[in-house]
Amino acid sequence: MSRISPEEVERTAHLARLELSADERDAMTRDLDRILDYVASLQRLDTEGIEPTSHPIPVPTPLRADEAAVPIDPALAILNAPQAEGTAFVVPKVIASEDEG
Amino acid sequence: MSSEVLDEILERYESVIGLEVHTHLRTESKLFSPSPVRYGDEPNHDVHPIDLGMPGVLPVLNERVVDLAIRLGLATHSTVHTHSVFARKNYFYPDLSKGYQISQYEEPVVSNGWIEIEVAAEAGTSVRKRIGITRAHLEEDAGKSIHDTAVAGRDGTHIDYNRAGVPLLEIVSEPDLRSAEEAGAYLRALRQILRYLDVSEADMEKGQFRCDANVSIRPRGSSELGTRTELKNINSFRFVEEAILAEIERQAALLDEGGRVQQATMAYDPGTGRTHVLRLKEDANDYRYFPDPDLIPLAIAPERIEAVRAELPELPDARRARLESELGLSSQDVAQLVATRSLADFFEAALATYGNAKVLANWVLRDLLQALNERECEVADTKITPESLSGLLVLVDDGRLTVRSARELVPVLVDSGGAPETLMRERGLEAVSDVAELEAIVDTVIAANVDIAEKIRDGDDKPLNALMGQVMKQTQGKANPGEVRALLATRLRGA
Amino acid sequence: MPETLDTVPLQRDALGQGRVSSRELTTASLERAECCEALRLVVGTRAEAALAEADAADARRSRGESLGPLDGIPALIKDNMVQLGEPTTCASRMLENFVSPYDGAMAERLAAAGAVIIGRTNMDEFAMGSSTENTIHGAACNPWDPERACGGSSGGSAGSVAAGITALALGSDTGGSVRQPAAFCGVSGMKPTYGRVSRWGLVAFASSLDQIGPLAHSARECAMVLEAICGHDPRDSTSIPEPAPALEAQLSGDVSGLVIGLPREYFELEGAEPAVLERVRQAVDALERMGAKAREVSLPHTSYGIAAYYLIATAEASSNLARYDGVRYGRRVSADDLGEMYRRTRSEGFGDEVKRRIVLGTYVLSAGYYDAYYRKAQQVRTLLRRDFEQAFEGCDVIATPTSPETAFRLGEKASDPLRMYLSDVYTVSAPLAGIPCISVPCGEAEGLPVGLQLLGPALGEAVVLRAADAYQRVTDHHERRPEIAL
Repeated sequence: MSRISPEEVERTAHLARLELSADERDAMTRDLDRILDYVASLQRLDTEGIEPTSHPIPVPTPLRADEAAVPIDPALAILNAPQAEGTAFVVPKVIASEDEG
Repeated sequence: MSSEVLDEILERYESVIGLEVHTHLRTESKLFSPSPVRYGDEPNHDVHPIDLGMPGVLPVLNERVVDLAIRLGLATHSTVHTHSVFARKNYFYPDLSKGYQISQYEEPVVSNGWIEIEVAAEAGTSVRKRIGITRAHLEEDAGKSIHDTAVAGRDGTHIDYNRAGVPLLEIVSEPDLRSAEEAGAYLRALRQILRYLDVSEADMEKGQFRCDANVSIRPRGSSELGTRTELKNINSFRFVEEAILAEIERQAALLDEGGRVQQATMAYDPGTGRTHVLRLKEDANDYRYFPDPDLIPLAIAPERIEAVRAELPELPDARRARLESELGLSSQDVAQLVATRSLADFFEAALATYGNAKVLANWVLRDLLQALNERECEVADTKITPESLSGLLVLVDDGRLTVRSARELVPVLVDSGGAPETLMRERGLEAVSDVAELEAIVDTVIAANVDIAEKIRDGDDKPLNALMGQVMKQTQGKANPGEVRALLATRLRGA
Repeated sequence: MPETLDTVPLQRDALGQGRVSSRELTTASLERAECCEALRLVVGTRAEAALAEADAADARRSRGESLGPLDGIPALIKDNMVQLGEPTTCASRMLENFVSPYDGAMAERLAAAGAVIIGRTNMDEFAMGSSTENTIHGAACNPWDPERACGGSSGGSAGSVAAGITALALGSDTGGSVRQPAAFCGVSGMKPTYGRVSRWGLVAFASSLDQIGPLAHSARECAMVLEAICGHDPRDSTSIPEPAPALEAQLSGDVSGLVIGLPREYFELEGAEPAVLERVRQAVDALERMGAKAREVSLPHTSYGIAAYYLIATAEASSNLARYDGVRYGRRVSADDLGEMYRRTRSEGFGDEVKRRIVLGTYVLSAGYYDAYYRKAQQVRTLLRRDFEQAFEGCDVIATPTSPETAFRLGEKASDPLRMYLSDVYTVSAPLAGIPCISVPCGEAEGLPVGLQLLGPALGEAVVLRAADAYQRVTDHHERRPEIAL
């Protein structure tokens, strides 16, 4: 039984905003299937009650004083912009329903 | 929608409402970057590489927001967690510069509290109702997408990251609200608390205070919950109740037709007064939350919570109760006095130098509030001081300034400040209290109005006012009306 | 540059004695980089700026001033560390034309130490790979055998040191990306404790694993560089709030009584080249002859390391790489609507391996899979950390091979991602546990360098470096140089 279907690969690629050709999708399905099969070995391990590690070296929560610094020069901000107008970045027209926030 | 139709719907259906409020925290710099929090600047003038999600940048938490979150937690009787976790909420949108928003998900900084609101009860009375706060968590705001074709043209959208990274508290209520009015009352109460605490300016027009509403309805008497929809981004205080009522009506119409409500995200259009579907639940994004590996969980020492508690200002509810019992003012007056912290502070400071609470309250609620409303500002942002208002009232009490003149001076104090006595002199408003001078004027007026004077001498009181008016006119309003009346009476009728 | 001046101490002494100027060293490095162009180790140089900085270093020296032992010494940084006004490509089409609007911590620290950054080194795209073949700049060739891979992802940094372009280079290590190429190229490469070196300005691959480390011929040089780049940085929340330790001064050469743990599981691994295991055993023998004691230890969860590593690394990467959307910087493929612009930009901007990892990482974080994959992997990470904590109760350092094999042929594994992942078996556990580790050359197998990996407890850089340096005092593997036919 395969662990991941081409449809799941496609759905996941969409979540990541990647477009795959049919060939790419099938190749990726094969690769991911093998990789998921391999990582399934973890399921053999009983981890009941084990705290997950998000940070290998615990440090106290660093806090920054609430002081405003001089912002970056707007010219530098848009230095690499593929498209800009004035100091604003420009993207293709966004339709309101695309709002995912 | 006619109000009869709505009333009829509300008679049959009960609404169940929970609100999610996003409020900008009052800070100098952003949540995770040192760029300034400012409003109204040119696009991308208030950004740091962190806000732009440049390759290689990292977030560091602003210390101030921690204390502000604690304040809000304590003021809402919530649990302030000594351990909370920042998580990434992953989705793509151009004004989201990193492809994820840093928020709190499974472990928020504040949870499980309540605030009280006042709701209407039978026969014009009101009762207090407790509304649960499910949680409050810290997160960063996104930038702005400017769709306006006048700015961005027909084919493009402009992206401005000035707002990106501005600290937000998202405050989620329990679905304890049962009507649009209650929702409005809750929002007002919450905003009042946020402002009292200096946690947020909570100005809806500036986008500092935004509200999403989860709305469902059920037949009255039913205890089951209906399917809810989420009204997104209600961007004006005025529209909150309208939007909720419109959504209640839409859902009721669906149910009445035998249909069912679908889980969806809705938007309210103030132009049409209707709500419409933005997207259905099936299209919901998979946000792939996980703990942000660039940030350490937020550990708050219990001592820090206690330190914030010690500095917590008196909250509106407590202040109202205290003023009512201490000063014997009407509950309506007190509610107005404590509406904002700056007004209540002003009132109490003035009271310290002017003992008559009732008189002071009248002046504050009538003349001062009117001046503030005309200027759309808070008392703290003006030049008037508590000492100058009480000084003004003392001049009135001493008969050196007429009420009319004093009322003229309130807006002057608001705009320019200054000492009341000096202002009174500069403007020549000092009451005519020189008896000889006043007697001379009264005699002149009587001599010029022999007929009227005769009537008064015969016992007719009505024309007295006409003579008083003339005396006041000649003194340019600077005479004490009581004194003038008494003087006229003495002169015409004897002692 | 005279061949004899290819280490930091040699350069430092020659500069100090006035036998050479920083300008001469820098010129020689730039020339060497050009000579070795065919190996595709260096992907961009900044000759003019570097020479100006070299002149400034020379001017300081003539005034009797010095910024420290690295003052005036040429260096290379991996092409994923940003420097104000310089390109950073991450070997990706996505950032092909990106110029950084800000300075990263490494550019600052090296400048503060007087080191002269001459350019940027080749790497696997966004540091994802073990061969420096996934790169828009062309696969990097191993100076020991140009038909073979440098390893990766910091292959360009390791190869540049091996080829004598600069004496020192910085790499970044997520699952072995400094140590494995160091082993393949016969140089020393260290991954410090997580949080020792600031990640400010390091383009993120997997935030909870990424750590910058030095590559040089010897452990001593690694210590010198580490001293310059370590230390707390308030811009990195995961930075350890400790000052940089004095490391070079602790290189006593004394390992008597030092207990070296040999993890049973690492030496029992199937598929490890016998010659590699043999060289590592010989290296341990050499340390024992100096007074160290070897004993077996156990790291029972070792076999779960790769699975946990790839789940965590790809999950974090899928999120870290979401910012490459064609809006603010980097490649954009135009389209009429926004969604199409996103998809085409990202599909054309990223290479196959990066896309594979993004999809895998997105999948393991998505609804319904988070607990089974990501959370589970983070729990296994806890078990791996405990393994090391327990092992270090009975030993001071742990010795293992760095890689189960020597440098493989270019293209040999390119078509089999899983096989490529499995070759990281010895290197992934240390970053999962956050502990410091180094790879040093310990001989050859069929003419190709073999790496010895030494691991220490958290913040134990000093003991790791002391053991590695002591070993290099009695051996000369780190002094061997490839003969490069150019």
